[in-house]
This record gives sequence, structure tokens and C-alpha cells, in this order.
Amino acid sequence: MAKHRGRGVATINYPIGMNLGGDPSQALVHSNPTGKFTVALSSIDLGQGMKSVTRQICAETLGVPVEDVYVDTADSDTGPHCMGSFASRGTHRVGNAVMAAAREARAVMMEAAAEELEVDAGDLETDGRGSIQVKGAPHRSISVRDVAIAAQFKQGKTISGRGIFLVPLSDVNPETGEMSPATCYAHACLIAEVEVDDETGDVAVLKMTSAYELGRAINPKLVEQQLVGGTWMGMSHALYETPEPYYPDTREGPRDFNEYLMPGPGDICPHDIAVLERPAPDGPFGAKGPGEMCANPVLPAIANAVFNAVGVRIDELPITPERILRALKARGAAAPGRAR
Amino acid sequence: MLELRKDIFADERDDNLKEVGQPTQRQDMLGHVTGTSAYYDDHRFGNLLHLKVLRSPHAHARIRSIDDSVAARAPGVKRIIRAADVPVNLNTLLSLIQFGKDDEPSLATDVVRYKGEPVLAIVATSERAALEALAQVRVAYEPLPAVFDVEEALKPGAVSVNAAYPKNTFEYYNKYDHQKLRFGDADAAFAQADIVLDERYQMSPIEHAPTETNGSIAVPDTNGRFVVYTSTQALFFSLDTSAKINAVPSNQLHFIGGTVGGGFGGKVDTLTEPLSILAARLLGAPVRYRLSRHEEMQFGSPRGGERIYVKDGVMRDGRIIARKVRAYFDSGAYTRLSSYAAVKCAAHIPGPYTIPNVYADVFCVFTNRTPATAMRGFGVTALDFALECQMDKGAVAVGMDPLEYRMLNAYRDGDMKAHRREAKNCALLECAQVAAEKANWPLRDEFRRMSSRTGGGAQRVGDSADRTRAPAPAPAPAPSARPAPAAPQRVAYERPAAATPAHNVPPPPPRPPSPPPAAQPAGSTHGAPRFSSVFGTRRR
Repeated sequence: MAKHRGRGVATINYPIGMNLGGDPSQALVHSNPTGKFTVALSSIDLGQGMKSVTRQICAETLGVPVEDVYVDTADSDTGPHCMGSFASRGTHRVGNAVMAAAREARAVMMEAAAEELEVDAGDLETDGRGSIQVKGAPHRSISVRDVAIAAQFKQGKTISGRGIFLVPLSDVNPETGEMSPATCYAHACLIAEVEVDDETGDVAVLKMTSAYELGRAINPKLVEQQLVGGTWMGMSHALYETPEPYYPDTREGPRDFNEYLMPGPGDICPHDIAVLERPAPDGPFGAKGPGEMCANPVLPAIANAVFNAVGVRIDELPITPERILRALKARGAAAPGRAR
Repeated sequence: MLELRKDIFADERDDNLKEVGQPTQRQDMLGHVTGTSAYYDDHRFGNLLHLKVLRSPHAHARIRSIDDSVAARAPGVKRIIRAADVPVNLNTLLSLIQFGKDDEPSLATDVVRYKGEPVLAIVATSERAALEALAQVRVAYEPLPAVFDVEEALKPGAVSVNAAYPKNTFEYYNKYDHQKLRFGDADAAFAQADIVLDERYQMSPIEHAPTETNGSIAVPDTNGRFVVYTSTQALFFSLDTSAKINAVPSNQLHFIGGTVGGGFGGKVDTLTEPLSILAARLLGAPVRYRLSRHEEMQFGSPRGGERIYVKDGVMRDGRIIARKVRAYFDSGAYTRLSSYAAVKCAAHIPGPYTIPNVYADVFCVFTNRTPATAMRGFGVTALDFALECQMDKGAVAVGMDPLEYRMLNAYRDGDMKAHRREAKNCALLECAQVAAEKANWPLRDEFRRMSSRTGGGAQRVGDSADRTRAPAPAPAPAPSARPAPAAPQRVAYERPAAATPAHNVPPPPPRPPSPPPAAQPAGSTHGAPRFSSVFGTRRR
């Protein structure tokens, strides 16, 4: 009886947005009279960071500091339509809508600034710190606050913008399945290292190493949050969870977190992540979205690592100690694979 | 630990940005860590009423009669809501985008089709009063035979689960009981393959397990409107569904949400809003309907348990020349969103690989269990599990390193995908290279030099050009392959026990595509020197 180590790998891609498209999102961006901006959305922040991602996209597009933008989400009276927070669509779809709205608002802001500075709007640029200045002559500048006051009370302009992003709905050929499922794909490769106890069937996940290609990490900390959380979820899928332990037999379902197994803090492992950015031509600043995909490579990587460790294939999830022991028994003994 | 590899694909990006790319603290961070962010259930109302539903104890049964006369007189009970009280009782979620037939009642009428299906609702002054009154309801059920296995459900004579789809399969394009994918000629290719791998995979159902269970509070507002505080993941989706079921104009409903305690796909179904709104309309008071943890775990719709069969035809040099997939999505008793996932699954086949002959049938099947719904990776997670385990077995069968086997078959810019769209903006190879480098996973030089930007489409090395655009019925075997055996060899993917001799001849060394020619466009050699310097001359 011994503990065996093994490594397994998986490489995946993931489509961004609802399959076939046809899933619009809208955004409204407007300035208050003193140059602070509000983004009005009906989109949902599930904890994934929708508010923060759209806030940074809006600030970048307007050319103002992120502190001067506030994102108001999910009020059907004030936020325009959004299909919803699912299908890895938030960053891509809502981000694009916010970008379009912010561009429109920025154009008005620059016109208003041009009128105040008595120059052509095309000669102006934002400094990203709250001012608008003449290109090449930064001493000729005006604050966004003063522009907003002038636009509102003197010029009678609304510094505001509307945006929508829609990938038109694709047809599907019923005979061949020909279709346009998505406009861009994120990518990943994940390597999992496990230790399998051939006496208890217990699997300990020791380390994960991964590379994710996401188009653009709008906020690397939020990307890390998603990838770390998604890895935990994938590990839980692979080794612990199910509401129907004898599926397809329906007997014995867990009722609460005492009966529903999930990994605890002592079960998680170090995860070394690299993020690559190959910008999507239609993504906001190239961004795709890490939302759903990060659980996906973990399941097969762990299954493949178990095979590398003890030589049995568990093709039915979750990979419980019972399943491993039954497979080892059928096989006769653990057969560790080539060390990787 | 997260490392940004800005060196890769740098020539495709403008990194001159101020706010995008910054690790800015979340806008809602302070609220979350100080416990002041308002979730739907943080809204307080003095006269709040509570709704709970009676759930079927049977997986399949006819409702003979319902006696709620005692329950109606129980302490605190304000109203009992039956199916007949629901203005539009039958609905399907994707009717909003004209996909599928109305098949699911808000409250069961004559038949219950899964254990836990709501039969009636009681609104009372407390959750406890509602639950105690529910215990007083007497329902006479006539149990019916039930079916739980997706393949059993498709057999002739199987129990019919869903009245809208009596054959237990969702109907695609008014003519097929499954979604098709056809590319090239898989059967002809299998006859040419050196090795055929035919495997079965079973995904387990999964509970979303959000910290905050599904719920909503509907509050009568002025002018006949209702404010609805909700945990939904899709505000207008839930609003429009609720408006349809309640037969009210959508602008009578004012939905407020946006801060949600975890969704993962389980808060798209609009499980609670239609009934909380109906109760608030009937009673003129705020009504809360929230799922208990037990309800969330067992009746709040899980990820379905997909069953997937994958058959690969592989040449000895490691090229996959055919892949056939037969997938069954266990939708449970009603459609919800599984019909959509089956199409997404078909679109994802054969994974991020360039395979010239692909054939798939994906079924959305009805069984007598809690309806499945969207969950993170919907339509793809189970398929990725199946395909990536299959890739590992394929590598063992041809004696290749499992990562190199994937890279050999990885899709590249210009390749034709099975759904007949050209691959672009690919980066699978680069992810494999970086992960291998970080994990000290040995890759041979030619694999370290591969690029997603070259060697795809018409340039695909070691292949006839027809591999990409118009697959030939019978792909030519690799030049180095021995004559194909009369029948494809079945290979046991499991390693033979140490004492027994190998029962398949060790294959010749794989022939990966040669390194990209020196004439590749400037800027596409990113990373190559770096990978070489990191790996040195290490070999397996």
C-alpha cells in the first residue's frame, strides 16, 4: 500500500457569449453637473466583478480617472436591457456596450471642452487624470469638472452616451450543424499534480499550473479571483460534489452543506497561473472573458493525473475513493505511469 | 500567483492604457467586506408575508385530488394559491427568444413529473406558519412508472415524461430529435484509421451551491406597480418571464437586483419571482419566496448529468482523422435551458482540435428528475471532460506525450472547424507552451516552436490540403504509417499490468509537423528563444 504521484494535463478553449449570438446588452453613460460619471446597467454583479470591469472600461474610454466613474447595476427602471450574467458574456458584451456609450459621451465632452478652450475638438486629448488639454500644449487645459459645469449650465449639452452591443443571431443548418457559435474564444492549458493513496482511494491535489489566454486582462486581480475560484470549483466537480451520488438512481440526495461534499481550505493547493493576451478583434480592448471556462480543464486534468498516478481511468464523475478502489481492485494493483 | 505574459502576442496589442489592465480594487469591495452591501433579502418590510410551496413526494404521479380545507384555516395562513390561480401557468424560459414549446407549469395541474415539483403555494404571516399549513394539505397521488436514465428514456415504450414532448426528446427544427453536426465522412475515415478508440463518459449532476439561495420579495408600489427585489442573474429575463406568467404589462414590474450571493447559472430560471409577484398582487402586501437550503440542493435545478460517447480514429503518427460523438443531456422533467446547451455542445465538438471528419448527435432528453439548468460552462464542461480524457487515452494508444499529442492536433489560425467556420485568433499552442514551461513539463523543440499563427489552414503540414476546407471522404494515411490493417485495431487504453507483455506493438515515433519555415511573418516568432533557453536540451 502506497501513495502514488501523477500529473495530468488538459487543453481547452471556450466560446465567449451566448451560443449563436442574438444576446444584446445596452449601457447608458452620463455625467453629473460636476464631471462625475454614472454607468447605468441592468446587468448583474454575481461577485465576478461586472461593476469593476465596466467601470475600468468606461474610465479608459472617457479618459478620466476610475474614481470619477460609478457603475449602477440592475434596476429595470433606470438600467437599459441586458440579456443577463451568464455564458461568459459580461466583459465582452456589456464591456462593448459601455465602451460605445462612453465614446458617445466622450465626444460631447470634447466638444464642450473645445468650446470653452476655443479650439477644435480634434486638437484635444484627455490626460486620464481629470483634465482635457490641447495636444502638444498641456498648459492649455480645462478640468472635466469645469467642462461638465459649462456643458450643463452654459452650453446646454448633455454629456451622455448610449451603447448597445449585439452579435447578430446565427442560423443553424439542421442537417450539418453549420453555424456561427461565437465570435471569439478564450484558451487554457492546465497541469494538475495529484497523489493517490491506493489503500484508501483518496486523492490529494498537490499543485496546479496553468496558462490562460483571455484576450485582455481588464483587471488582473479580478482575473486571478475568477481563475482561483473556478479551479476550486473544477476540483470540487472532479473529486467531491454531486446532489445525486447514485445517478441515474435518485436515492440518497444531500440536503445541506453537512451532506454535500466540497473541498475545504485544507484540500486546496497552490496554483501557478500565467495569463496570455491575444486580443479578440471584437473585444473591448481585446478582452474575451475568463468566467466559465476556468472550471473546465480541471476535471479532465485531475482524471488524467489519477491515471498517471495509479493506472486506472475513472470516466464517471465524481472521482470518489470508492470508484478508485473499485477500479484498482478490478485492475489488480496500482500501475504508476511514467513520471512527468 | 498570477503572471502576465505580456511578451506573447505583444505585436497584436496596444498596451498604452491607463485604467484597463490595472489591478484596481473592486467598486463594491468595501460594502462586501463590511457586510453593508444590500442583497435582495436585506430589504425589510413590517408586514412581510411568506410563501412556501408544497412539493411532490413522487417522481411521477397523477394528482387525484387536493384537500387544503384544513390548511386554509391554519393559523397565520393568508392565501392558498393553486394552479388555476396562475394567469399563464404553462411556460418555457426560452419562449422569450421563440425557442421551444411551453412545457412547464408554475404549479402542477394533473400530473407531477419530478420529486419536488411544486403543487400549490401557501402564503402566511411567517415561514413557519406556511410550512405548518403545508403539512395539513392532503393530496391523493396515483404513482406512475418513472424513467431516470437518458438512454432508457429513448427506448420504444419508455414512460412519457413531458406532455409537450411525448417522445422524451426536445424537438429541433420541427424535424429532428437531436442536434446534428456533420463534417467530412467520419465512417470512411474510421475504416482508414490505425486505431479506433470508443469510450463512454458520465458527468455527475452538480448543485450550484450559492451562498445565497434563490429568492425574491415582491412589494406593491403606487400606481399598480410592483417592486421586485431579486437574486436573479438576468434582470430583464426574469422580469419578462414574470410578466408573461402573471399576464401583466412588463412596465408594471420594477425589478431591482444586481448584487447576488453567487449564481453559477442557477439563478437564471426565475424560480421564485412569478409566484411572489402573484401573491403580492392577490394580497396587496409584500411577499417573500425564498428557497431553503434543502430546496436549493434538491429542487433548485442542478447541472444535468450528461452522458457522452466519444469515438476517435487515430493514425499511428498521432493525427486524429475522425471523431464521432453521441451526447445525451439529462434535462430532467422540463426543458428550462438544456435545449440551448445541446446546440452549444454540438458547436464545441470536436474541441480545440483540427479533425477533418466529425460526426455528432446531441440529444436533450426528458427524465423524471429535477429539471436541469444552466451552470458554469453550460454545454461544454462535460464535453471537455470527455474529450480531454479521450485525448489522454489517444496519446497512450499511439505512445505519445499527452501534451504533444494535443499540440499536434491543436487548431491554428486558418483551420476549418467542424461547424464550418475558419479558426482565427487561436492560442491553444501558446497556452500549452507556457504551462509546460512553468510546470517543467518536457516538450521537444519542434513543439516549443509551434505557433497558432502559422501552419494552419492550407499550410497544415503533413496533411493533404483537403483536411481543412473540404474534407475528403477518405483521408490519406500518413506516409510513414504501415498499411492499415483490414479492420481498425481496438486498443485497450489502460496500461498493461507490469508482468504481462504489451499487447500492441510499440508505434513508430510520432511525426509531428516540421517546425514553421523561416519565412514566417515577422513578429510571429514570439517566445521561441525564451522557451529554448528555459528548457535547454532536456528531453524525455
